[in-house]
Amino acid sequence: MLWSEVGINGPEFFALAPGILFFPLAGLLINLIFGGRLKEKAIGVIASGAVVLAFLVALLQAISLIYHPEGKIIPLAEWIRIGELKLRWALQVDTLSVTMMLVVAGVGSLIHIYAIGYMHEDVIINGDPTRYRRFFVFFNLFILAMMVLVGADNYLMLFVGWEGVGLCSYLLIGFWYDKGEGGIANAVAGKKAFITNRIGDFGFLIAAFIMFGLFRTFTFNDIFQQVPELALAFKGALMLITLFMLLGVAGKSAQIPLYVWLPDAMAGPTPVSALIHAATMVTAGVYLIARSHPIFVVVPAAQNMVAWVGGLTALLAATIAIGQFDIKKVLAYSTISQLGFMVAAVGMGAFTAGMFHLVTHAFFKALLFLSAGSVILGVEHGLHHLERRSRGKKRAPLEVHHIDPQDMRNMGGLRHRLPVTFWVYLAGALALSGIFPLAGFWSKDEILAEASLLNPQVYWMLTIAAFFTAFYMGRQVWMVFFGEPRSEPARHAQENPPLITYPLIALAVLSVLGGALNLPVVHTFGHWLEHTIQIEKAVKQIHLGEAAIKSGFNFTVAIVSTALALLAILLSWWIYSRRYPEFLKQPPQQLPDDPLRSLLGPLFNGMYHKWWVDEFYGAVIIRPYLSLARFLAEVIDWRFWHDWFHDVVIAGGYKLLARLLAVRIDLGIIDALANSLASVTQALASQMRRLQTGYVRNYVLSIFVGVVVILGYLITR
Amino acid sequence: MLPVSYYIGLSAVLFTIGALGVLIRRNAIIIFMSVELMLNAANLAFVSFARLYNALDGQIFVFFVMAVAAAEVAVGLALIVAIFETKKSIDIDQMNHLKG
Repeated sequence: MLWSEVGINGPEFFALAPGILFFPLAGLLINLIFGGRLKEKAIGVIASGAVVLAFLVALLQAISLIYHPEGKIIPLAEWIRIGELKLRWALQVDTLSVTMMLVVAGVGSLIHIYAIGYMHEDVIINGDPTRYRRFFVFFNLFILAMMVLVGADNYLMLFVGWEGVGLCSYLLIGFWYDKGEGGIANAVAGKKAFITNRIGDFGFLIAAFIMFGLFRTFTFNDIFQQVPELALAFKGALMLITLFMLLGVAGKSAQIPLYVWLPDAMAGPTPVSALIHAATMVTAGVYLIARSHPIFVVVPAAQNMVAWVGGLTALLAATIAIGQFDIKKVLAYSTISQLGFMVAAVGMGAFTAGMFHLVTHAFFKALLFLSAGSVILGVEHGLHHLERRSRGKKRAPLEVHHIDPQDMRNMGGLRHRLPVTFWVYLAGALALSGIFPLAGFWSKDEILAEASLLNPQVYWMLTIAAFFTAFYMGRQVWMVFFGEPRSEPARHAQENPPLITYPLIALAVLSVLGGALNLPVVHTFGHWLEHTIQIEKAVKQIHLGEAAIKSGFNFTVAIVSTALALLAILLSWWIYSRRYPEFLKQPPQQLPDDPLRSLLGPLFNGMYHKWWVDEFYGAVIIRPYLSLARFLAEVIDWRFWHDWFHDVVIAGGYKLLARLLAVRIDLGIIDALANSLASVTQALASQMRRLQTGYVRNYVLSIFVGVVVILGYLITR
Repeated sequence: MLPVSYYIGLSAVLFTIGALGVLIRRNAIIIFMSVELMLNAANLAFVSFARLYNALDGQIFVFFVMAVAAAEVAVGLALIVAIFETKKSIDIDQMNHLKG
């Protein structure tokens, strides 16, 4: 930035931007076509290499942007041309999209490398090694779709990526589609995610249609240029656009009321949860709002609504996370909660803070998920170890087979068995809890600082959510890594190979140092995004005055949130490290599964049952919908349409017409005509037949008479 | 020398007898003879008119008629013999198998 200000032209690599799409595409095609003949390692290396190369391309774009911060649009191909509608495939390289590309490809590469090791174990444990290739094909496809999403220069191309990542999400949630409860639970989870996202996509599409109706174009820059002129005249239309867009965001980024799919999405393999359902895809909604900021800033009511949705989601999901026992479910609700933070931030107009939290969250949440995967694998190793041993002894310990390796109640004391995982998990947990000076502290406090100025109610909601965040992370760490092992597999858990732990260490470093991207006063990231989101500064100037922009850091807010986080961790320590062992000493049938249940009573029950939101949706939406569908199918379609309309009206009417034609027209007229012709001929013939006596003399007589007549005629004429 | 009209009259009488024979009789041989009679009546008429007009055409035609009549006799008698062999009868009224 400094160089650009003094006008020195640096290197420019914008022409290489298509590589961001090319490499994942190439990787996926190679694995798709030749993967059957390749070894596991080769498949993993090709897929990871493709993403690493894409990351390098993104890095080159970032370097180019340092010297040319205005960015560039790289057209790729024409797509659709119908009348006024002109669409093309083009990459918009600017600071916002390149930030996303770096996160997607960077975190994506680490998760790809991790997945080489993780999926190797996973396909062996689940017993289907042929799925190894499929996993990496889907994974590369996801990176490709995500790059289309973030690189798009118009809303329809963005929508292609938007749908593409949704498809990959569906495919990967249902990766073990024949596993889960009743053999269908994973497939059902995939379906739930897909259908819930459809509701959001409906909102996105309606928003896009209104946008085209208003602006006659889909291209970002053309739309954003027109927004200021049309802001006053078409306030209602812009309001509709933003609200429908919010519906799309709620679907993709798992906000109220459409967040229910994300916890179920944990049915997918852990790298999927990390990459798609924590670090990248679910942040697409945040990116969409940040990208569409020129529209949102002119509709304050919509902005307010976005902020409230984000704030409420952050709070609600944080409370649910406290009551979960599945290690991945806790992280899933935590993701929803953190997405709520980001959505609230971009809703309030703090786009930089929201994007900053998006980046740091990608680091530490990917880290947490991957570490959780490492924990699960470690416990599964313990399980297998026991099974092998018991097979040797020919005496299977019964309880071993019923232990869920993801249930935190079966863990405990793992810090000795999984030392690397423990330390990186601790880094991720502290970063998420917002402890100084880890990444989460800086980004979360920036959101809170902005919120305290822009929207005090949402600020309080987010602060309480942050308190809960620290509490459930503390609970998780104490339950999983401290105390005594509470099951045999946990006692025999094994640390994972370096292929799995090294990406964790890399992500842990990023989670610790990620805050350096946007330290107060320096605001590196803020200045970086300023080139794309120019309006943020101006808006804040109007609302808050010069002073607020300068600091961007509020000591009161920081101290309050840090104190709350520390308090929460202390509280969780007291409950789960001090009281939990005492509970465990009680006889098994009276054993409460969580000490919090006896403290909070019905409140904990609500958290444990996710506030019965799924049940509520089931009763209010799904069951009426199903009975409506059944009514439509059985009564309208089958009884009315099929039995009555088709069978009675159409088939019956046709039969009636056919009978009319056959009996009246065909038999009555056409056949009668032919028959009467025949009978007339017959009658005539039977008369004429009498002439044929068969007696030669008769014939001779007639010839004779004929001759006489002819001659007589000739003579007398 | 008798006037030609006598010959013509005889010819007409012969022809009528022949024609009546064909129409009335049932014996195939008789009918056959009656046909010959009609042919010869015609021959007589040819010759008579040839004489009357002093033209040889009629005379020559008679030869042709006789030749044809001879051929006809050969064919006709052969047919009658064949019919007789199958039906043991030459009654013309029994030869009605072609009647539908």
